[in-house]
Amino acid sequence: MRKVKLILEDGTVLEGKSFGYEKSVAGEVVFYTAMTGYPESLTDPSYTGQILVSTYPLIGNYGVPKDLIEDGIHKHFESNKIHITGLIISDYSVGFSHWNAMMSLGDWLKSQEIPGLYDIDTRLLTKILREKGSLLGKIEFESEEIEFFDPNLSNLVAIASTDQVITYGNGAYKIVMVDCGVKNNIIRCLIKRNTTVIRVPWDYDFTTLEYDGLFLTNGPGDPAMCDITVKHIKVAIAQEKPIMGICLGNQLLGLAAGAETYKLKYGHRSHNQPVLLNGTNRCFITSQNHGFAIATETLPSEWESLFVNVNDNTNEGIRHKTKPFFSTQFHPEASSGPVDTEFLFDDFIESVKKNKSGK
Amino acid sequence: MINSAIKKVIVLGSGALKIGEAGEFDYSGSQALKALKEEGVYTVLINPNIATIQTSEEIADKIYFLPVTATWVEKVIEKEKPDGILLAFGGQTALNCGVDLFRQGILEKHNIQVVGTPVQSIINTEDRQIFADILREIDVLTPKSVACDTIEKAREAAKKLGFPLIIRAAYTLGGLGSGFCSNEEELNKLAENAFSYSPQILVEESIKGWKEVEYEVVRDKYDNCITVCNMENFDPLGIHTGESIVVAPSQTLSNDEYHKLRTLSIKIIRKIGVVGECNVQFALDPNSEDYRVIEVNARLSRSSALASKATGYPLAFVAAKLGLGYGLHELKNSVTKVTTACFEPALDYVVVKIPRWDLNKFEGVSKTLGSSMKSVGEIMAIGRSFEEAIQKGIRMVGGGMHGFEGNRSEMEITDIEGELKNPTDRRIFAIAEAFQNGYSVDKIWEITRIDKWFLQKLSNIHDLKNRLIEFNTLAELPVDLLLLAKKQGYSDFQIARLVMKNPDSQIHSDLLKVRAHRKSLGITPVIKQIDTLAGEYPALTNYLYVTYNGTEHDVEFQHDQKSVIVLGSGAYRIGSSVEFDWCSVNAVNTIRKEGFRSIMINYNPETVSTDYDTCDRLYFDELTLERVLDICDLEQPLGTVLSMGGQIPNNLAMRLHKQGIPILGTTAEKIDNAEDRNKFSAMLDRLDVDQPRWSQLTTIEDINRFVDEVGFPVLIRPSYVLSGAAMNVVSNKDQLHHFLTLAAHVSKEHPVVVSEFIENAKEIEVDAVAKNGEIVAYAISEHVEFAGVHSGDATIVFPPQKLYIETIRRIKKISRKIALALEITGPFNIQYLAKDNDIKVIECNLRASRSFPFVSKVLRTNLIEIATKAMLDVPFEKPDKSLFELDYVGVKAPQFSFHRLLNADPVTGVDMASTGEVACIGENFYEALLKSMLSVGYRIPKKTILISSGPTKGKVELLDSARMLKERDFTIYATGGTHNFFKENGIETEQVCWPDEDNADINTLDLIKNRKVEMVINIPKDHTTREISNGYNIRRNAIDFNIPLITNARVASAFIYAICKLDLENIAIKAWNEYK
Repeated sequence: MRKVKLILEDGTVLEGKSFGYEKSVAGEVVFYTAMTGYPESLTDPSYTGQILVSTYPLIGNYGVPKDLIEDGIHKHFESNKIHITGLIISDYSVGFSHWNAMMSLGDWLKSQEIPGLYDIDTRLLTKILREKGSLLGKIEFESEEIEFFDPNLSNLVAIASTDQVITYGNGAYKIVMVDCGVKNNIIRCLIKRNTTVIRVPWDYDFTTLEYDGLFLTNGPGDPAMCDITVKHIKVAIAQEKPIMGICLGNQLLGLAAGAETYKLKYGHRSHNQPVLLNGTNRCFITSQNHGFAIATETLPSEWESLFVNVNDNTNEGIRHKTKPFFSTQFHPEASSGPVDTEFLFDDFIESVKKNKSGK
Repeated sequence: MINSAIKKVIVLGSGALKIGEAGEFDYSGSQALKALKEEGVYTVLINPNIATIQTSEEIADKIYFLPVTATWVEKVIEKEKPDGILLAFGGQTALNCGVDLFRQGILEKHNIQVVGTPVQSIINTEDRQIFADILREIDVLTPKSVACDTIEKAREAAKKLGFPLIIRAAYTLGGLGSGFCSNEEELNKLAENAFSYSPQILVEESIKGWKEVEYEVVRDKYDNCITVCNMENFDPLGIHTGESIVVAPSQTLSNDEYHKLRTLSIKIIRKIGVVGECNVQFALDPNSEDYRVIEVNARLSRSSALASKATGYPLAFVAAKLGLGYGLHELKNSVTKVTTACFEPALDYVVVKIPRWDLNKFEGVSKTLGSSMKSVGEIMAIGRSFEEAIQKGIRMVGGGMHGFEGNRSEMEITDIEGELKNPTDRRIFAIAEAFQNGYSVDKIWEITRIDKWFLQKLSNIHDLKNRLIEFNTLAELPVDLLLLAKKQGYSDFQIARLVMKNPDSQIHSDLLKVRAHRKSLGITPVIKQIDTLAGEYPALTNYLYVTYNGTEHDVEFQHDQKSVIVLGSGAYRIGSSVEFDWCSVNAVNTIRKEGFRSIMINYNPETVSTDYDTCDRLYFDELTLERVLDICDLEQPLGTVLSMGGQIPNNLAMRLHKQGIPILGTTAEKIDNAEDRNKFSAMLDRLDVDQPRWSQLTTIEDINRFVDEVGFPVLIRPSYVLSGAAMNVVSNKDQLHHFLTLAAHVSKEHPVVVSEFIENAKEIEVDAVAKNGEIVAYAISEHVEFAGVHSGDATIVFPPQKLYIETIRRIKKISRKIALALEITGPFNIQYLAKDNDIKVIECNLRASRSFPFVSKVLRTNLIEIATKAMLDVPFEKPDKSLFELDYVGVKAPQFSFHRLLNADPVTGVDMASTGEVACIGENFYEALLKSMLSVGYRIPKKTILISSGPTKGKVELLDSARMLKERDFTIYATGGTHNFFKENGIETEQVCWPDEDNADINTLDLIKNRKVEMVINIPKDHTTREISNGYNIRRNAIDFNIPLITNARVASAFIYAICKLDLENIAIKAWNEYK
């Protein structure tokens, strides 16, 4: 068996065993603490450029589901391919068991040329990332040395986004979706609510389109890379049509509103983030995956914080005080993770409906 | 934010430990009381379980050792006038009592608020029909089910639903009275039994073979909901969750399945309106996402205790705070102290729970696992691989097994297919044996329907065994294979046995060779923390486990001679339960108070000692020599305490000592002198202390010769048991022969200890503390039963009421001699026999005993605190109180769980059978006895009683009792001999015939089945097969039809005296601290 190591930019070297594709790769090393949902997470475009560390040690248990297409999108995956750069776990289940499984996780990684390492002390690794912040790292196979690579210096959104306009569904409300690396479940959540979704590339000038509501999706990397998108959103804000954003969409809406964003030390990547709806006692458990956030104190006066993270008080969403614009840092569409905030899609569609009939 | 109207509350405990309701409720209750105290709420606890932590002064403000029933609770309510009551922390006992209080209008009458989930919500989850209807309103599926109140309706329902079916009794503990049936005959049998527990039964579609998954759900008054943990059963539906191996978190559920069930759980808790915690159990189709909700418990449960320990999330503590009006987000995560309690723990390890059964203790019991619970305890194992956790867990159970593999000398399974098909307590070993015999994962799955993921993991362990046995010496064993074996949870013992292959007699030195070898290679485990957030936030948690699947310790070790390790008691079992947890926790408390750092090692999720708040460091890990040495290597403690956790730590004394581990208190050599029968006996001879004659023998001839010398009856203790109980009293040659040929094995390798058995002798216990051989505190108590009933099953009185002063004086003198000879420092217990001031020593344990909490609490002198101080060699005050100064009496009564043990003969004997105990305090013996017996479920008969009084001495003993009952117009039904004896003595009884008689008289069994008697007294006689079988039928039916049964003449006469002489209305309701 070829020797393989995970090397971090701080000099940490951990030897592991390969269960994926044998290829040296480099990226940003981040950890996530969810205990289920690796097929969903691995295909989440927000992970583009990242080497993912699973804190839950037993991975691969239920294999990888059948690749079915429903309403033009993959039924069990969040996009059409694995987006992570590499996967680091502690204990790999060679045998898997599930009625819906097609193949093992290892075979899936191999088929998409993604390396995977097991037999690594992922708790040790997590503690390093927690103390030092997300680090650059590389998975190096014997006699295949490579350089470190910082994905945040490239425009990851451009990589993760679509390059053409695609329409989904056939509902009454026309939603323009600015794809910065959208997860399929956002599309599913919208089209099951009587909408037609027009998915456009991240830099597409959607302001020229006819629509009832605007949706800003999740996506990878630094929001500062998306100047063009922010410019377009500024135009949309000047109009009155409802806007909803998720994750990177939250940051882009914030930037368009005039607020600032910053990089979190090691981000939120888990299924158990508590967020409080401002001004209430309603606290929700949410699924998250982000490394950047809005600096709440920089929000202009016509905007306000919508949700706040109860653990570290970071921003979890914003809204306009008078207009139908809101966004969340967390993922109401979940997949993977808890679905407790899916009602926010209802709120969005409700305001789209109101806005449309008001005209 | 919090409800300020609640200033004083009553908390209901769960009473004695019983199957289905064990130590987990001491943990839940203690947590709730702690939460209430933190909020300044005055707490009044009602719980007769004196051995619990929660019944300690520093935990509750006021404690009543009284039965948890509506009658007694109302009396306390009248006296204490509380503002609120908590029903969710004392298991089904407290819940049922709460429902009674509500239905009888007592709560309303006294204007008492229920803190937490409203009673109506509880009722809605308890009544299956209402429950199913409510869930239907929110489109949640439950198994198709028909509630029936007659057997005819049950048959009709069966026709409609089709077999196979499951029958359940409503309102019962842990699946009592339920079972599967596949035809009408089985249905009739099951239904009849179920109706004996409940007026309503349910006939349901069977979803046997589906996955069983549970969620622990929390809701606050703002409607915020979280699921703290989910758990998946290793055994598919059909085996009660209390009987199943359980893993947390779930392992085979996809994200969709996990969150589908999670969302349903939250939907349900909202609909029901729980404020606090509840548990939702699902069945999940292994071939689709179809599901059914099986059960909801709107209270803290065994699963919630397990979930708390599995995640570090203190469910009971949080539930109590939510009851007072807090929102989840207003509470802090008690592990990180900085993040919120409104979150769902992320685990970075896997947890395996395995039940502990003690079925070998019972004569005749069915060992098949099914839909009702039989296990008496459980363990939890933590690892970073399933293989590691399950192998640890199998060792923790304490059944003498060494892991999944390497048990061939301990267990022989011949009928593999049968064992797999009809699972018993040996199921996991049957799987190992199946692999050994070439069964594939698929084939085992076909038979068991255990998810293939689990079977594949087990097959990994098996495959590794096959690789290990290819090597014959440690030197040739490849290093990476050795490391892999450790990562898969193989112990040094297993590796020694599989690789070195020496005879078992060498195993103890071989395993140390494995240890030395791997240490020389740098193969040692690491210590990891449980921090609720998988390392996402820094946490100063002291909740630790040991793993080989990692390369870095999470904690640092201070080698400053300031830390003291206490070894806990392991899985609750018959003979060792919550009382040793009380001892361990009190030792830890004293160690902390004296300025040392306390380190606890234990792995029982049902305990307070495994609450990370209790000590400075908690190692939730094994109590094997290997693991204790691993921890000692890292911690380098000042000393270890082995005398608090019962026999498990005690047994390690010599081996730890030989490895240079400092042991606090009595030395290991002296412990060995007391444990080794020959050494101890020789010492008693030297001290001129009498003991029953005994001999260790290896042939039947020698045994016969010895018996000729001492005469019958004799007590037989084989070292190798084929079936049934390990100890027995035999009264004649036939019985002796029968026992030695059928039940036990006699040979040079398996000697048998035969002791003289003294009849009609009193049994007396001394619980004491000594320092350097001098007794500094002691308590003497007496058994109500004559010797022959195991001390764990005996009714014990303290202070003794019927001992001669002379006897007490002589016992004190002998105890002093023994303490001096063994140079005891710390706690010890000696058991004596006394007949006419003739005193003999039966047993001596140089450790805390079962009765330490009882005597400590009655005496109001904490003997464990004194013992710990003596061991730490710090100053302490000798108590000035003596047992003669008490103006009140404590009586400890055993709790049996025979109703859960199908077919078991409900008798007491020399082997222990009770699963728990209570103790109550009274102005006199009879008052305390009555309260205690009512606390373990006896009910006072008003008009009718059935007596079959057994041997002559039983008849004589019960004569006065019968007379008293007659004077109170009781109808006494009596079997032939008893009837005649009473008649000769002028007492009229109704003669009834024996179960196997068929004449004009009423048959005893009809009386019982038709509930024509309110109590059964059956004193066993061990003569002919016929009488044994008749007696058995009477006793077993009394249990199955839920009629109070007494099988000891002395207890029966004391009970009858108490009910005749005492008026319940006049019994003063006094809290513990009012007895002065």
